[in-house]
Amino acid sequence: MRPDAGARFMNNRAAVAGAVVLLLVTASAAFAPWLAPHDPLAIDLGNNFQGASWAHPLGTDHLGRDTVTRLLYGGRVSLLLSLTSVAIALVVGVSAGLLAAWHRGWVDAAFVRVIDVALSFPDMLLAIALVAVIGPGHTSTIVAVSVLAVPTFARITRASALSAVSRDFVLASRAAGASTGWMLTRHVLPMCLSPIVAHATVTLGTAILIASGLSFLGLGVQPPAAEWGAMLSRGRDLIRTAPIGAFAPGIAITVVALSFSLAGDGLRDALHPKE
Amino acid sequence: MAAAIGRTIPVLFGISVLVFLIVHAIPGDPAVIAAGLEASPETVEQIRRDLGLDRPLPEQFVTFVSRAVQGELGSSIRTGAPVAQEIADRLPFTLRLALWSILLATLIGVVAGSVSAVWHNRVVDHAVMSVTLVAVSTPSYWLGLMLMLAFALWLGWLPAIGAGTPAHYVLPVMTLGLQSAGHVARMTRAAMLDVLGEEYLRAARAKGVSAVNVVVRHALRNALVPVTAIIGLRFGGLLAGTVLVESVFAIPGVGRMMVDAVAARDFPMLQGGVLVVATLYVAVNTVTDAVTPMLDPRLRA
Repeated sequence: MRPDAGARFMNNRAAVAGAVVLLLVTASAAFAPWLAPHDPLAIDLGNNFQGASWAHPLGTDHLGRDTVTRLLYGGRVSLLLSLTSVAIALVVGVSAGLLAAWHRGWVDAAFVRVIDVALSFPDMLLAIALVAVIGPGHTSTIVAVSVLAVPTFARITRASALSAVSRDFVLASRAAGASTGWMLTRHVLPMCLSPIVAHATVTLGTAILIASGLSFLGLGVQPPAAEWGAMLSRGRDLIRTAPIGAFAPGIAITVVALSFSLAGDGLRDALHPKE
Repeated sequence: MAAAIGRTIPVLFGISVLVFLIVHAIPGDPAVIAAGLEASPETVEQIRRDLGLDRPLPEQFVTFVSRAVQGELGSSIRTGAPVAQEIADRLPFTLRLALWSILLATLIGVVAGSVSAVWHNRVVDHAVMSVTLVAVSTPSYWLGLMLMLAFALWLGWLPAIGAGTPAHYVLPVMTLGLQSAGHVARMTRAAMLDVLGEEYLRAARAKGVSAVNVVVRHALRNALVPVTAIIGLRFGGLLAGTVLVESVFAIPGVGRMMVDAVAARDFPMLQGGVLVVATLYVAVNTVTDAVTPMLDPRLRA
């Protein structure tokens, strides 16, 4: 990574805006228990379907739960799901990509085939099949989103690693008797880092879209847990009575997904200047 | 063409392995799931033999594939109805939705992308790029809900849910089409920007070809190669997207069928749906791969 990458990122207004929004959203999710005015799960049937008021800035849902509170807690679940799945996908995908580039030969050929098959599955379809196998819930959402994200990480890593493994300093290190693990992590991986970091940021946004999509279908995070997709699913059923319930979580998902892709694109341009 | 089809064979093989494994990857005995929890051990054994679950895995796989090729996808655990028939009944809804959506996406995307590229870095370019960025970051099911809220519930112009009449398709097609239009527009813009800088366009302008003709006849024709590729890819995204949009608008398509199958643990139904949709996706991409070189004489060789 070049030292001027930070300056280039800061010059990209859209990317900085995305990063700022993400910081705010992450902070509000992290501090949800202190920020949220109410309990996200406390049912108060006497106060359901309230409009906006000082006590409930975005009103309450069908069970009288405060919408703002549930949005804050929902952000926690959505961000955590997305972070966990992308972290898993990153580790698995990057390792696979590095090994394929290192071993070449049949390992690499098999690797490319597997990636082709994995990418030939429409994403939601693979996610649904995986959830069907594991059973709906938190864990299966994480597994599904990770599995979907692995192939692209692996492909990106392999592409950059292929050129890195034949560089002179890697050969030198090999000649000096360094172990494979040492060479891959110390010499090859740093050469592949920029595209991986940029892609990971964009993927965090896609992960939120897919995870909330699964929850929307009733296959992801299960009620009564607050999660943006699950809130939207309820919102759909009650759209005639309480449109705000279908409105607010969608805005949250869009803003976060958008911010991740702005920040990710900004990172890519900053780390990989075209000139 | 032959090469494009040849490339799909390992992919189709991989897909059938994955779909085949769904039943074997689930915790528990597939024969028990098929028989129901109250079934007697004799019934379970009977079903195990009937479904061939007592045979070795590779043999089961070969049977599964040879049956699937003949359009025999087993029968639903829940209703006992043949899966192939159920899919045949539901596929038209999904295909209608996907085809109209990709048409809308292509139309809007190519026009918006070209406009954006021609007026590069002007207000209209920035506007198109901002709108498309929001479009691709918006969850399709939420966009669907908002369109439903505005056009069906508030304005009352269109029906909110169902698939009975052409009017029922307007909102779902807008939902999926607008989102894919964002991807198509971005790709068209990038491809056009590449092409617009070329010498031959300057030559065309110099010999007096009108501005519109330069863009439509000369630039767009060459930008079409990457654009066709992205449309093919988006079609797969659309097929997957129908799952969500069918749920929003209560359209009885294959997507809705698969979601219901997961909830009911109706695995033959899920397997059939995944197999058919994934195969369709591969078919579309194979056709795209085969058609793309025909659009560009340089790739024909």
